[in-house]
This record gives sequence, structure tokens and C-alpha cells, in this order.
Amino acid sequence: MAQTATTPKGMTFGEAGSALAFAALGFLSIIIAAKAYTPEYAFHAYLFAAASVASVFVIVNRYYERPAALPPLTINGKPNYNMGPVKFATIASIVWGIAGFTIGLLIALQLAFPSLNFDTSWLSFGRMRPLHTSAVIFAFGGNVLIASSFYVVQRTCRARMVGDIAPWFVVLGYNFFIVIAGTGYLLGITQGKEYAEPEWYADLFLTIVWVTYFLVFLGTVMRRKESHIYVANWFYLAFILTIAVLHLGNNATIPVSIFSPKSYIVWSGVQDALVQWWYGHNAVGFFLTAGFLAIMYYFIPKRAERPVYSYRLSIIHFWSLIFMYIWAGPHHLHYTALPDWAQTLGMVFSVMLWMPSWGGMINGLMTLSGAWDKLRTDPVLRLMVVSVAFYGMATFEGPLMSVKAVNSLSHYTDWTIGHVHAGALGWVAYISFGCVYCLVPWLWNKKELYSMKAVSWHFWISTLGIVLYISSMWVAGILQGLMWRAYTSLGFLEYSFIETVEAMHPFYIIRALGGAFFVAGSLIMAWNVWKTITSAEAAVEEAHPAQPVLVAAE
Amino acid sequence: MSFWSRHKIFETNSIILVIGVLFVIAIGGLVEIVPLFYLKSTIEKAEGIRPYTPLELAGRNIYVREGCYNCHSQMIRPLRDEVERYGHYSLAAESMYDRPFQWGSKRTGPDLARVGNKYSDDWHRDHLKDPRAVVPGSIMPSYPWLEKNELDMSSVSEDMKIQAMLGVPYTEDMLKLAETDVRIQANADDPNAIDLAKRYPNAQSRSFDGNPQKVTEADALIAYLQMLGTQVDFKLYDNKANVR
Amino acid sequence: MPAAYKFFAEFAQTWGLLYFVGVFLIVLVYALAPSRKERFDAAARMPLQED
Repeated sequence: MAQTATTPKGMTFGEAGSALAFAALGFLSIIIAAKAYTPEYAFHAYLFAAASVASVFVIVNRYYERPAALPPLTINGKPNYNMGPVKFATIASIVWGIAGFTIGLLIALQLAFPSLNFDTSWLSFGRMRPLHTSAVIFAFGGNVLIASSFYVVQRTCRARMVGDIAPWFVVLGYNFFIVIAGTGYLLGITQGKEYAEPEWYADLFLTIVWVTYFLVFLGTVMRRKESHIYVANWFYLAFILTIAVLHLGNNATIPVSIFSPKSYIVWSGVQDALVQWWYGHNAVGFFLTAGFLAIMYYFIPKRAERPVYSYRLSIIHFWSLIFMYIWAGPHHLHYTALPDWAQTLGMVFSVMLWMPSWGGMINGLMTLSGAWDKLRTDPVLRLMVVSVAFYGMATFEGPLMSVKAVNSLSHYTDWTIGHVHAGALGWVAYISFGCVYCLVPWLWNKKELYSMKAVSWHFWISTLGIVLYISSMWVAGILQGLMWRAYTSLGFLEYSFIETVEAMHPFYIIRALGGAFFVAGSLIMAWNVWKTITSAEAAVEEAHPAQPVLVAAE
Repeated sequence: MSFWSRHKIFETNSIILVIGVLFVIAIGGLVEIVPLFYLKSTIEKAEGIRPYTPLELAGRNIYVREGCYNCHSQMIRPLRDEVERYGHYSLAAESMYDRPFQWGSKRTGPDLARVGNKYSDDWHRDHLKDPRAVVPGSIMPSYPWLEKNELDMSSVSEDMKIQAMLGVPYTEDMLKLAETDVRIQANADDPNAIDLAKRYPNAQSRSFDGNPQKVTEADALIAYLQMLGTQVDFKLYDNKANVR
Repeated sequence: MPAAYKFFAEFAQTWGLLYFVGVFLIVLVYALAPSRKERFDAAARMPLQED
């Protein structure tokens, strides 16, 4: 853009194009709403219409409010970072996190006390459980990933993020997708595939958002001032790319009609199972692992104020991790109709995966060598380091459970649930908390968090919660697996199924207690973040002159 | 040395990095997955597998809608205790018309792959309405709305048309008669039940929810549950013929 | 069709393995070559440079 002060004001291509696109989407949504097969789908169409109209309004209004020239790429030779979308996603992640953890607590209690299903369709376990998994993985985790990736890519490339409307479209569009997906589950709109429950129209919308995300990220990388691309960006890039491929492969559906929320997947039966777990496992590998490893590779060195232990190890870590994960999916299908060689291959690669995982863990932990005392004084760093330790634990347990003999016992039981939560609570949530605690003072230009003591409380309360959660699920899972295969001396099955269900009751209560602690911890975090933004002391001086900050669309 | 110095492009050229990542994940994934797409040839030859009747299909969609797969598997593994508890291990062929597959990953409740004909319709109806009325220790949610909601069959033939497009052997006749077939199958002693059984061998026709006045969601779901795992006659099934 | 399955399965079990070993070796050489030590050390310090 021209730097002269007399630039005539005109709509950019992005502004005009997106306003037109949203107008068209709004029009289409209203037609669909009018002819929708079901009231639930009509409701979603109206949501789309309302969001489109609001977007057009905000884009046009923003155009009239803004100065003629777009924000400059640099100010006084320093990059003029675009942190508005990062701020939005950071706050969104906290809000969704608390919602997701609370729903998790509710469904944990439902398993202990079924009357908590309230005989109401939208509150029943079968609809709430996908709401929980999507809220924590995609809403909480996804927003942390978007926020941190937009922050890290700008900082390590020393360049302002590409695009004007595009970054906002990514952040707001992604959160709108979450709303559509979540309300859909409650209304019974689902594809019935784990972690890929949103129906075709939500998937389609997410695809557009995701491609924009990829382009913004890649464009920013290409705009960088440094010749080297920092390794965290490699992990982010692999995460964005692979999730795109997985999403398209696993959601290849044909809608019954454009006016129907229902679609049918092109794969059937055993093939659908294979594609689903290729997706499901790599969603863990690339969403919940690669993305959060990127956070580890930026935020731990930054917080510890020392470079990563071994940059070369991080490169080996990267290539071997993304290579091996893609093969490990079949371990979800042991002893099923999948051919034996594929099961064995999945098992072997899962066991081998232990090595790059621990390589990464060592790299993260050893970054602190010579600065271990910081663990005592900085609870934020402690959160992140413990998260890496949990990562090591979960990636040790995972390969163990992928061994067929172990899997025959653990599969279908709560052991799997315990394993998942060791990774989800211990690794993903903890590194996310650490990331949010770092980001908030940096983004809102504060010296430090409002209360370090509160971070410590958060840490200890949620650690207690995790310990209760995973230990109760270990015992429950192994007990149930053993009860299912127990025989009497006469050679009959010893327990009826319902006896094994009843045996779970005390463990389900302990698990819910652990969940309650975890929710309590996240509330402390929300309070601390709120206080930091509204009242903590500002950092010595503004790093840059105030940058034009966009207003979030409603 | 000149060759290796070229590897600098990975660190400095983002497009190359993108291609590198795609190459590693795509080849790795494809090498493993592509062979499995030729599985059709190795899906067992099993007599008796037929597509779902319109009522069963509608019931299956309710099963999906309510998220039953979150707690119930439909995949019996060839392990001694599972075979004794649930019946013959599941064959790939038995889920060949399943879109989406519902093998599940968790057994908070028992496996349902062969639940068909194990319990009476009345048992299912009472159990869905209030599980603890028939199984005191159960932790399953109650589904009282199923027997109240009338079944929405307005798009059932469209549903089947899409499936036919994807290779499910629904004939023109079946598509045309879809809605009629729903009513026939959910009706006690319908004179046309014989015709339905000709289109869909071994289809069971009766009022599944015990309420002949209307076709409810409970009718559809129970019809689906009652056919699960019943299609293959394992007295005739030759296990050895399908050794892989 | 069974021939296709057999072909692909065998391909996966032989060339797939070689491909894996090959990629891994390339990565090892790439990451550990002494000529790149300095560049990687500089890269590791990137997050710490403030602007």
C-alpha cells in the first residue's frame, strides 16, 4: 500500500470480496431455512444467515471507520504485529475450556448417577459426550492453537500477519463453526463418527476457514525477515496441513439434499472404520500433539530464557514424529476385521513412536538444564514442564496399549479413557494453560500476571484432579477388563455384564471428583486472566505505538 | 557436499517444507491404507446379508442421532469370553452396508452386534423408556421421547437413493415403495408383509412398540435392534472357507 | 481384485519399509551434518531475540 497521506480511500479486494461472499451466503441461508427438512436445520440456517448479515455490517462499518491507508507492515523499522485476532482466540479458548471441562464433569456424573440425564433428549449422555469432546479438543485446544500459531509465526518471522479480513475470518469463522457443531449435537445433528461428528454443511464451512488459516499462516511465513523458519512453525504447518487432509478424507459425505442436515459417508463398514481411525489417530497426532509441540518449542525456551536443548534433535523429532504417526491408526482396530498385517504394522509403528515422542520430551525438559531453579520460582514454567512430563507418560502408555495382548484387555474399557485424559488434561491442557499465562501479559502489555499465587493454586488443584482422574480410570478399566474375561472353576463366565457396570460406580465418583478439581482450577485461571487484563500493572512502556486494533464482530 | 547444501531449502523455503510434509504423510498413509481399499475382495462370502429395510434404516439413523455408539460397540472380537458372551465374532460383511460404521470404541454398555432377537420387543420398549425398570443397576439414560415421537419418514426414500448411488443394492421398486414399506413393517399382521419379505428377506414385520396407532421412533429403533447380527446363519456359515 | 490386494499388501510390506528407513536416514544426515551446526544454533535462539 502506498505510504502517502493522500491515498484515496477505497475498499480492498478482501473487504469487497468478503462482504459480497457473506451477502451471498446470507441469501442462500435464508432460502435453505425456508425449505429446510427439519426445524433443527432451519435453526442452523438462520444462524448462518444472522452471522452473514452481521459480518457484512461489520465489514462495511469497519471500512467507514478506518483511515484510508491500511495498517503499515512496519513502524520505525519494527514489525507492526497484528495481535487482535490472537487476543480474541486467547479469550475464546478460556471460555470454551471452562465450558468443555464443565460438560465433562456433567457427563462423568451422569455415568455415576443416571438420573442426571433428566430424561431430556438434548441433555442425555449420547449427545453431551460429543459436545464435551468437541468443546475441549476443537474449541479449547483449537483456539489455543490458532492464537499461539498466529502469535508465534509473527514473532519468529518478524513480520505482520498476512491479510486484513482473513485473520479475523479464521478466528471468528472457526468459533462460529464450534457453535454450529455444538448446538447441532444437542439437537441430534451428527455424523456419528467419533471426533468428526459435525454434519456436511459445518464441515464444508470449516474447510473454507481452514484453507484461509493455512494461507494466512503460509503467507506470513513467506513474508518473514529471517531466512530460517523456526521449528515451531514446522510443527504448526504440519498440523494445519495434515488436519486439512484428514478432515477431507474422513468427511467425504454426500448430503441427502441441500435442504437436509443428513448426509451419508461414501465409505462403508470396514473401510469407513479404517478411514475413521486413520483420521482419529492422526487427529491425536497432529492436532493434539504436533500443534502443542509447537507451543512447547516456542513458549518453554521463551519462558526459561534459554534456547531449546538441541535444535537438531527437534528436527529429527519433527520428521520422525509426523512420519510415524500416520501409520499408527490401525491399533484402534486390533482383533477386528482389519487384515492382520495392517494391525501388526500399526502396532509396530505405535511402539516405535515411543522414540520420537521421548526425544521430544527430553528436548523440552532439558531446555531447563542449568535453570532448574526456575521451576521453584515460576509456576507458569512449572505448568509447562509438568505438561511435558505428562506427555512422556502418555506416550509411554500409548505404545504399551497398542500391543495386541495388552489391547485385548484395555480396549473398550475405561483404561482408554484414563489414557486419553493423561494426555488431554496433563499434556494438552497444561501446555495450553502455560501458553495462555504467557500470552495474556504479553498481549495486553502487562508486566506480569495479576497473581502468581493463583497460578500455583491452579497448578496444585488441577494436578490433584488429574491424579484422581487417571488413577481411578486405570483401576476401573483394568478391573472391568478382567471381570469381562473372568471364568468360574466350572468354565462359565463369572460375571454378567451388569455386574461389571455396577463395579464401576465408586471409580466413576472418584473420577467426577477429579474432574471437579480440574474445573475449579480453570475457574481460578479465568479469574486471574481477567484481573491481569483489567488491573495488572502495565509493562514499562508500549513496545510499539498503538496499533490499529480491530473490533471483534459480534 | 553440494547435494547436502541444497537441503537448506527445507529451512528457508516454506513451499518446499509444505511439499515435504505432504510427501511424508501422504506416502506413509497411502502405502498402508490403499491395500485396504481392495478389501472388498477379502470381505467374507457370507449368505444372508441384505440392505436395511426403510424402517430399519430410519431406526439406525435414530441410533446414530442419540449417540448410542458412545457407549455400545458393534464389534465382537474373536476372543473366547466375547464369543461366549455375545455370540459369533463379527464379520466384515455384516457391516458392509453401514454408513457410518458403528463399531464403537467403548463398552460402557454391552456390545450390540448380535442383540437382535435376544430380548422381546416389550423388553426393548420398557428398557428404552426406563432402563432401570428392567435392569436395576443400569446407568443408561432413559429415552422416553422415542415412543412419543412420530417417525419422520418424509425423506426415507431420498436417504435410500443416496445409498443406492453409493452402491447399496436398492432397486427402483424398493425406492418407490420406501414409505409404504415403513408402514407395512411397523404394522401388526399387515397383509403385504409377505411382499416386504420378498424385497427384504427375513424382514420382521410387527408393531415393535406395541402401539399400532402410529409409527414411532421407538418402532424404528427396535426394528433395527432386533435385526442386528441376525442375518448370517452361523449353522451354515463355513468359517474355513474364509481364512485370510 | 485379490491380485491387486496382494500386490498392494506386498508393496506396503517391502517398499513401504524401505521408504521409511530411507526417509529416516535422510533426516538423520540432514540434522546431524556438522556443516549445519552453526545455522541450527542460531535458529535455536530465534525466539529469544526481542525486537
